[in-house]
Parts: sequence; C-alpha cells; structure tokens
Amino acid sequence: MEIVLALAIGVLTSSGVYLLLRPRTFQVIMGLTLISYAVNLFIFSMGRLKVDSEPVLIPGITSTLANTADPMPQALVLTAIVIGFAMTALFLVVMLASRGLTGTDHVDGEEQGE
Amino acid sequence: MTEITALLDRLLEFSMPHLVAVPILVPMLTAALMLLMGEQRRRTKAALTVVSGLIGLLAALALLRWVNATDTGSGPGSIGVYLPGNWKAPFGIVLVADRLATLMVALTAVVAFAASIYSTSRWDRAGVHFHPLLQLQLMGLNGAFLTGDLFNLFVFFEVMLAASYGLLLHGSGRLRVQAGLHYIAINLAASSLFLIGAALLYGVTGTLNMADLSIRIAQLNDGDRGLVHAAAAILATAFFAKAGAWPLNFWLVPAYSAAVSPVSAVFALLTKLGVYTVLRLWSLLFAPDSDASAQFGQGVLIAAGLSTLFVGALGIVGTQRLSNLAGYSVLISAGTLLTAVGLGQPAVWAGALYYLSSSTLAVSAFFLLIDMIERWRNEGASIAAHESAGNAPFLSEDLRPFENVNLDDEQQALYGRAIPAGVAFLGLSFIACTLLLAGLPPLSGFVGKFVMLSGLFEAPNIGMAGWTFMALLLVSGFLTLVALSRTGIRHFWTQPLTSMPALRALEVLPVAALLAACIALTIEAEPVLQHATDTAQGLHTPTAYRDAVMGAQQVANPVRLEVKP
Repeated sequence: MEIVLALAIGVLTSSGVYLLLRPRTFQVIMGLTLISYAVNLFIFSMGRLKVDSEPVLIPGITSTLANTADPMPQALVLTAIVIGFAMTALFLVVMLASRGLTGTDHVDGEEQGE
Repeated sequence: MTEITALLDRLLEFSMPHLVAVPILVPMLTAALMLLMGEQRRRTKAALTVVSGLIGLLAALALLRWVNATDTGSGPGSIGVYLPGNWKAPFGIVLVADRLATLMVALTAVVAFAASIYSTSRWDRAGVHFHPLLQLQLMGLNGAFLTGDLFNLFVFFEVMLAASYGLLLHGSGRLRVQAGLHYIAINLAASSLFLIGAALLYGVTGTLNMADLSIRIAQLNDGDRGLVHAAAAILATAFFAKAGAWPLNFWLVPAYSAAVSPVSAVFALLTKLGVYTVLRLWSLLFAPDSDASAQFGQGVLIAAGLSTLFVGALGIVGTQRLSNLAGYSVLISAGTLLTAVGLGQPAVWAGALYYLSSSTLAVSAFFLLIDMIERWRNEGASIAAHESAGNAPFLSEDLRPFENVNLDDEQQALYGRAIPAGVAFLGLSFIACTLLLAGLPPLSGFVGKFVMLSGLFEAPNIGMAGWTFMALLLVSGFLTLVALSRTGIRHFWTQPLTSMPALRALEVLPVAALLAACIALTIEAEPVLQHATDTAQGLHTPTAYRDAVMGAQQVANPVRLEVKP
C-alpha cells in the first residue's frame, strides 16, 4: 500500500510541476490542481497508513494511536482542500480576465517569438 | 496624570489575555459589517475604517505596554497567551503576544491605518470592496503574527493572501492582471510547499504547536532528525518566496509597482511577514539549545539574504521608474533582514528589528508619496504616457532628452522664485524617504544600520559572512542614495513647473504621519531599542516562550449549581 501511495503522490507531483512550468495559463492551473491533490494525499499519509482502524470516539476502546486513526491529518486535509479549491476558483477568474484583456492565453500576456 | 495611567493599567490587566484576540477580531467584524453595507455609503465606510483603525492602533499600543511592563504577573517575561478554544496548549490553537509579535502588530496597525486613510481620498473608488478587503488583509496579517500554531499560521497566511489577490487586482487593467496572474501562481505553489513542510513536521513530531515543536526537536532521535531538517527546508522555501528572497522574487517588483499605491504601501508589510516567520520559526525550532539541530540552515539563510541584498541593490540603480525604485527598496530591506536574522547574534537582531520598523514605515510612505508625485508629473493621469507606450521615462527613443527638460545649455534664472507649498511638501518628503531608505543620518534608517553594524562588531566571531554583510549593507545604502537622488533631481529640479500639484489633506496627512513616526523613532530611539534588545534576548533563549505557551491555564468551565427547592 505504501508503494502505491508513494507512486501516486510522485506521479501527481511530477506531472503537476511539468504543467506548472508550461507557458499556457490553463496548463499552469491544471498543474497547480495536480500539485494540490498530491499535497492533500501527502498530508493524509502523514497520519500513517492503516486499514480498518476505528475513529477516536468509540466507547470501550482506549483512544491511543495504536487503536484508532489519527484525526489530525484528516482535519488538516479538509482545511487544505477548502482553501485550495477557493484559490483555484479565484485563479480561474484571473486567468479569464487575462485572456480577455490580452487576447492570448500565454502566461506573460504576449506570444513569444512572433 | 499618574492616577489616570494607573487606572488604565488596571483596565489593561483586567482585559488580558482577551486583548490578544482583539487585533484579529476587530478587522474581521469591520469587514463583515462593510460587506453588509454593499457598495453605497462611502462616508459611513470611511468613518468605520477610521474607527476600526483607531481601535486596532490602541489595542496594539496597549499590548506593547503590557509586554514591556515589568510587574505583570501572568507568565514569565510578560508573554500574553490566549486559548481561543479553551484547550490546553499542545492540543488547541494558541494566540501568543510576545514582544516580537506585538511589535509587528503595532507596525501593521500604523501602516494599515495610514494606507486606509490615504485610500479614502480617491483610490477606494477604483473598484469594488476595497475597504473590506483591506480589513481582511489586516486580519490575516495580525493573525499570522499572533498565532502560536503552525497550521493556524497557514490559515492566516491564506486569509492574508486571498485578500491580497483581490487588492492587487483592485483597479483592474492589463498590467495589474498580468502581475496578479504571476503573483497568484507563485503564492499557490508556495502554499503547497508550506503544507508539505507542516505535514512532514506533524508526521515526525506529532505536534503543530510551535512551542511544543521547539521542545520536541531537541529530543528527537537521529533517524528522524533528517526528516525534520527536510521539512524545515521545504517550509523555508515557502517563506523565502513570500519574503522576496532571491531567486524567488521575480514576481515582487512588477506586482508591487502594478498595485494601486495604498495597496503597495500595505504590501510592504507582506515581505516583512515572511521575514517574521523565518525569524520566529528558526529561532524556536533550531534554538541554540536544541542539540544537534542548533542553528540548522544558517548558511543558506545568510546566502539567501546576501544575494537578495545584492540583487536589490543592482536593481535599484538599474531602474528609473519611481514605483520600481520602491519595489527594489523592499527587496533591499528584505535581504538585509534575512541576513541579519541568519547571523544569529542577539545584538544584530536588535538592530534588525529597529531597522525593520523604520524601513517598513519609510517604504510605505514612499509608495504613497510616489502616487502623488506621479499624478502631479503626469498631469492628473495615474499612468504616465511613457508607461503606456513602454518607453523609459526621461528619454526619447533616440536617447535624447525631451525638449522641456531644463538643461545647462539653455540657462534660465531659477533663483528668486517662490516654491509652492505642495511642491515643497513633496520635495521634503522625498528627501526624508531617501535619507531613511539609504540609511543616512539624522533619521532612523541610519540608527538601525548603525546598531546592526555595532552588534556585528561586538559578536565574538564576525566571519566571512559578517564582513560581506557589512560591505553589502554600506554599498547598497550608497547605491540607493545614488538612485533616489538621480530620480529626485529629475523630478524636482530639471523639469520646469508646468502645473502645481493638487494635493488633498487626506493624502498629505498619512504620508506626513508615517514620516513623523520615523522621526519619532529617531528621537525616542532608546525605548524602542530597549524593546528590540529585549525581544532579541527572548528570541535567543526561547525558554520563556515555551514555558508561557505550555503553561497557559484554561478558564474553568461554568459549574451548574444544584439548587434544592
């Protein structure tokens, strides 16, 4: 399971970084989205990978991390998802404004080498 | 008089530690109230801005007084700790007002107040929701300064950034949207790095509370130490991007010069937030007593600071536009501060904190001043003709001076003419900004640099980095002087007076107030330096900070009384 998750994070990050360095705004935004997926998975994995562990508040179970899932990374990931989503939406609007004002979807607002 | 002060002190003691949350809550509530009002009622909004700014300023000053009082009983070293959720320290979020955080909050209050007053004269009408965004920006900044929790710091960073995206785009136009696109992209990438670093730290140490992290890093076993160092390096990359450290600062100058001037004035605080975070986390996580991790990454910190200082100094002589000059002085200030932080000497830190206050006030005043000068010189237009055409100012395309530039071969009698009051104000303020930014006597920029240098000489071992810093600090001051005098001569002396500057009191007062604050810093340098020295000592030995945060007491839960019938 560890190797699958590590590979998934790695593939998402590398594709994200590649797209982030591309010259078109849409590619940049896709790259940032992929990176944020990778980051969310990474935060989640920081609570250790376990299958079938209980949530914290179950009567009769001593709530230590040996018995239960770590709730903290889940809370962090939720916050990160919400913030990342809002920021991506905002970036999309700025991208459209830039497209409308400059007439091109190049990140610098002008085509190179014309 | 003493009775009134005693009464105020009792009031202050009564309101602690709840006062710590006030700099976050007041802007938030003000912003909410303003959003309810919609786009109408400008006067009410302006009044609300003034009231909320004054409350923020008073709260910041009260906190400053509290942390410096010797006889306040709560907590060692007068560190105000507030538990917003009433959970004990490592489990719940904490707000911590120590000397460093309070200084930054006070600085933010002054700059934001001046900028918001300035904006009411005309810039707040260039787009929608200017004042609510400014208040949210203020909330994010204050929250980031006051929080004692790493993930909470991320959240306040995002509040501050979300507001800053809106503010940067305020007024719209091609230049701003272009700069905004780059600014948002780099900040989103930096936020991802922030999250990776914070998550990794949590994964290794199991805590996100900064004081708790500081304790646990000293006790790590050697296998985990490498991971913590990697996490710190990733976090530092994110903060360097925000502080404007080279090579992560190419977005900074275009963004700052594209934003409308009150926004740029507030943005001068954003790089300081990056520097603050580096100082706070580095001094806590890698304190001298943290065993094998002590002062991890010092070389990188110094190298980043020195290269930023170098690039900023080169940039400032290479540009002629006023707003770019201000942008590069932000870089110079960030480079100076990062290096001073990296040197790790309490005496240098004290000078750096004084320099930070002085340079932030000066750069903000400069951004506001530029707006007035450019409007005067461009005959009322906010963007000069040469800016729209993409030319360099003062030179035509065949590199000859423009016709109406007053040169020596066509001598006119310039003496004996009265200087209009508006021009005199602009000129004198420009001179004051030049002195402050270049660090020349008699103003506070000089005092800050002098204290840093003397702290460096007192240090047991200056080393190669110290000597390079000293040389670069002096050279960058000289280059700033060259660049600003050149621009000042061109704007004030060689161009004939075609029209008088039309200045409004709402524009003049904030600039005058910011410069007056710098002069006050110079005159009252002793108490400010005392505060800075105490701050630096507290940062150098963070035991008081750890004890205050970890020992903060919960408020007792209300108990239901069983009343017998």
